[in-house]
Amino acid sequence: MPSLPDMNTPDVAELARDAAAHSHHTEIPTPDAGQEAFFETLLRLGDSTLVLGHRVSEWCGHSPALEEDIALANVALDLIGQTQMWLGLAAEVEGMGRTADDLAYLRDAWDFRNLLLVERPNGDFGHTLMRQFLFDAWHLEFLRALQSSKDKRVAEIAEKAAKEVAYHLERSSDLVVRLGDGTDESHRRMQEALDALWPYTGEMFLADEKDTEVAGAGLLPDPSSLRPAWERIVREVLTAATLAIPESKFAHKGGKRGVHTEHLGYILADMQFLQRAYPGATW
Amino acid sequence: MATDTRPSPKEVWDWLSHVPDPEIPVISLTDLGIIRDVAWDDDTLVVTVTPTYSGCPATAVINLDIEKALRAKGISNLRLKRQISPAWTTDWISAEGREKLRAYGIAPPIDGTAADARLLGRVNRMAGANLAVPCPRCGSTHTTRVSQFGSTPCKASYRCDDCLEPFDYFKCI
Repeated sequence: MPSLPDMNTPDVAELARDAAAHSHHTEIPTPDAGQEAFFETLLRLGDSTLVLGHRVSEWCGHSPALEEDIALANVALDLIGQTQMWLGLAAEVEGMGRTADDLAYLRDAWDFRNLLLVERPNGDFGHTLMRQFLFDAWHLEFLRALQSSKDKRVAEIAEKAAKEVAYHLERSSDLVVRLGDGTDESHRRMQEALDALWPYTGEMFLADEKDTEVAGAGLLPDPSSLRPAWERIVREVLTAATLAIPESKFAHKGGKRGVHTEHLGYILADMQFLQRAYPGATW
Repeated sequence: MATDTRPSPKEVWDWLSHVPDPEIPVISLTDLGIIRDVAWDDDTLVVTVTPTYSGCPATAVINLDIEKALRAKGISNLRLKRQISPAWTTDWISAEGREKLRAYGIAPPIDGTAADARLLGRVNRMAGANLAVPCPRCGSTHTTRVSQFGSTPCKASYRCDDCLEPFDYFKCI
């Protein structure tokens, strides 16, 4: 069953650069060759926390209870704060004079490298919490591994972020258990969320040549090495939540190389509106 | 010569101990433990600050407040340095700061209880008697957590089951 991100799409970033070269727009910069894989893999992390932070912030003022509204906004805030550090470092590594804000606001969908999981629509409250849990369990393991990065800047950001994400994971797993092992309706909704989101988890552990390059240099971990720890956490929590773990190994992929679902464009249209409409606006 | 007139780092620490935290104005920036260093680099005063949480919106206000306070004391060459490692921990909140928090109605952090992602074991532990956050109003340890995140990322929401006071707990990180 072909899905959008699995279609045999050519290198969209290359197509975009080609189109840009033939238009009146300014050239899209490419980083120094030696740093390209490092830059790209930092984008994968920073774009994932940015897009998820934005998605979670969409709940602000709409949550089922005031306390949950506040909690979701606080999780979003942590993720956006971490994004500032990751994209700030990515911009520094790129060395083209761009800032974290430039990367967040002035790139189009094909230059985003986030996981497809984080651009999935929020759905209901349970769906949002299930997405958060599946991400948090990966995020914390990833940050723990990053703390032994050979790049001191990476290790320092990871040390800071891991303390915050430990709370995210505790909260999302607690709620996944309470809703999964709750009423008939909450159980049904959590199972539906798990079934719908499961095919988007595989992408977190797929390594391409860029991942292998930075892992070889001791900068970031090999994504596939995180799978056993993630599976252990997920199995423990989903079992306590009385939910059935899907057996399918099928994985939607493409986000890490800029091939996204249609949802990302809508997110960016909302998130980037101000800088697009009023370039360079500050306050 | 500037060397003769410039204040000592100790004096600057004292000035900063009077700058309130913008979110919780009963405690100062030094009570909170976010000022990591004060030193002169030639004729520039360098104040090293660490953020509490990565996304804390108070960070920008804090920097502005530090700058305002020090300029008012006649410091013209000032540099604020952001330092993220070692990461801020609630262990750095001073004893005096903890007492001020309690008097203000915020339960101070209980050291050694930071999230460790032991998950289900911890969820059960948190719900049990092992982590009893005393009510800052009546002192009862008969309290219930309402939400892991309170009015700011650094706090959780609690309720006292005896006097029914809803209160914030400054969670350990």
